[in-house]
Amino acid sequence: MTASETPVLSTRGLEKTFTIGGAFSRSHVRALGGVDLDIAHGEIVALVGESGSGKSTLARCIARLEQPSGGTFLFEGQDIMATSKRRATREYRSAVQMIFQDPFGSLNPVHRIGHFLERPLRIHGAAAGRAEMERAKLRLLEKVGLPAEMLERYPHELSGGQRQRIAIARALAVNPRLMLADEPTSMLDVSVRIGVLNLMRSLCEEQGISMLYITHDLASARYLADRIVVMFAGEFVEGGDAMELLANPAHPYTRLLISAVPDPKRTEPFDPVERALLRREVLTPTGCPWAETAAEPCSDEVAVFHRLSEQPEHWVRCGRYAPSADAPGTSLELPEDDEETRTA
Amino acid sequence: MTAPLLEVQDLSVEYVTEARTVRAVDRVSFSIAEREVFGLAGESGCGKSTIANAVLRLLRDPALISGGSIRFAGTDVLALSTDELREFRWRQVAMVFQSAMNSLNPVMTIGDQIVDIFTTHERATKKAAFARAGDLLDLVGIPRDRLRSYPHQLSGGMRQRVVIAMATALRPPLLIMDEPTTALDVVVQQEIMAQIKDLQRELGFAILFITHDMSLMVELSDRMAVMYAGRFVETAPAGEIFDSPRHPYTQALMNAFPPMSGPRTRLKGLGEGVRFRDIPDLAPVTPTHWVAPSDDDSLITEALS
Repeated sequence: MTASETPVLSTRGLEKTFTIGGAFSRSHVRALGGVDLDIAHGEIVALVGESGSGKSTLARCIARLEQPSGGTFLFEGQDIMATSKRRATREYRSAVQMIFQDPFGSLNPVHRIGHFLERPLRIHGAAAGRAEMERAKLRLLEKVGLPAEMLERYPHELSGGQRQRIAIARALAVNPRLMLADEPTSMLDVSVRIGVLNLMRSLCEEQGISMLYITHDLASARYLADRIVVMFAGEFVEGGDAMELLANPAHPYTRLLISAVPDPKRTEPFDPVERALLRREVLTPTGCPWAETAAEPCSDEVAVFHRLSEQPEHWVRCGRYAPSADAPGTSLELPEDDEETRTA
Repeated sequence: MTAPLLEVQDLSVEYVTEARTVRAVDRVSFSIAEREVFGLAGESGCGKSTIANAVLRLLRDPALISGGSIRFAGTDVLALSTDELREFRWRQVAMVFQSAMNSLNPVMTIGDQIVDIFTTHERATKKAAFARAGDLLDLVGIPRDRLRSYPHQLSGGMRQRVVIAMATALRPPLLIMDEPTTALDVVVQQEIMAQIKDLQRELGFAILFITHDMSLMVELSDRMAVMYAGRFVETAPAGEIFDSPRHPYTQALMNAFPPMSGPRTRLKGLGEGVRFRDIPDLAPVTPTHWVAPSDDDSLITEALS
């Protein structure tokens, strides 16, 4: 959240509520509850949280695949919600590209690879004439580290990692400024995952593309991202510089997530009592541990974000604030046999 | 050293169809001692689940055990008759499947499903079986009154606990766990793993643990093997593989899970399209660390990453 330059993307109070059920049993699920997110030029921001925490909904709102129910967002300083009410403009669609989880479902099996690269180039007018089109396609393949003969192949002839690279090449065809990568490696064979992460990193560094990297894997977020934002029940609970946040996690939910990452180098063994306490703190907070030290006063009405450190950046949501009752279900239920935590 | 609990020798499994024959498991040998946790790592399609199914004799056409032997506590598993198999499965070796939380019957209460195990395998009376079912839930930290719940009334993590408890019901000396936590959320996953560790310490069963997540495996296993395209490429004590993986494929697997501490360094993956072919037999590097010789260290390239 540095103000030195205009961020590529800036959301304020972004909300999304889904209506579920039929006419007689209508209810609402609040998937996003007011999200403020800034992504700077060339920056990789990792959005972490468990499934159902609203990570993908946020990405889909930014990609304009979902209409947000409230809030604003600016792209390169322009109010996107105002300039294009229902449908995003073609210009915006090419500036923001999405990479999906499943490279097996996102490439139509009846077309050759060349087709997938040609289409965006033609539609967005990035290459004119046959010779230039061929050169553009080869350039794209080279960028993602695939040989030229791929153009003639069909998707089923490619491995998962190769397909995901094609999906990335397709996104690059229209010179995007922001890429939204929704768990791009979770369906790939483990041995090629790191290669795809390395590719995304070098694209951001070399071409100044910004990226929102959505994952539930904190280890890969630590490997890839400049900044990490932790999401729980549709809201941000903590964020900041990736290394700082993981070295000094403040919010109980972040600590819970970190303690869940398998780490062969872990020195202290897993402590179920401590984890039960963390869960309790997340779901039924009792007070704010930063009330004394933080500059911003706590409030019962709004979720205050306390700044723990300016450089490197690190902030955390006020500990008084509990997750909303309308938020979707979470896997964090309190243990039923709660004897240990009560006495602890 | 005492005789191993499970001993697999030169096991080969083929999927035979009219068009072609695929060798899913190719001359694989390993053994698991009593109370030992043996990890089997590898990617989808490498044959690790096929091994698990072969040990329990669950393979059906077109899969065929084409060679080798499987011995469990001295008995030849491949020679068991149908009746003997009934006795062998669950009492000697029980299995927790990949999508275990969906393997519960949705129209029966948890209690009835556990009671079934005791009435079928031990001819216990319904009342005694019910009491033991309650004990079983105690063991995995689920309140007894949940016996009357239906599976959909439990969370994914709780269902997984129930399934694990059911696998230990007859106190089998060996449990096969095929990706027991992959379908679960990260937070729950670690708790299930801790539960498995506790149970293992308490009841003292051996585990054949199958996963593609190396860090999870290193945390739990005593010894582990890495599998690629039906062959073992490396086997060693888990800590040793973690500290000094030898085979390029093992190194690539390790790198897929970046560390959570220390400085950030660039890791290398397996180059796109790299395939290992004709993997030779394992050869010892140290008495406990065996690796399939691979002369080509350049297989892990940064050029393509």
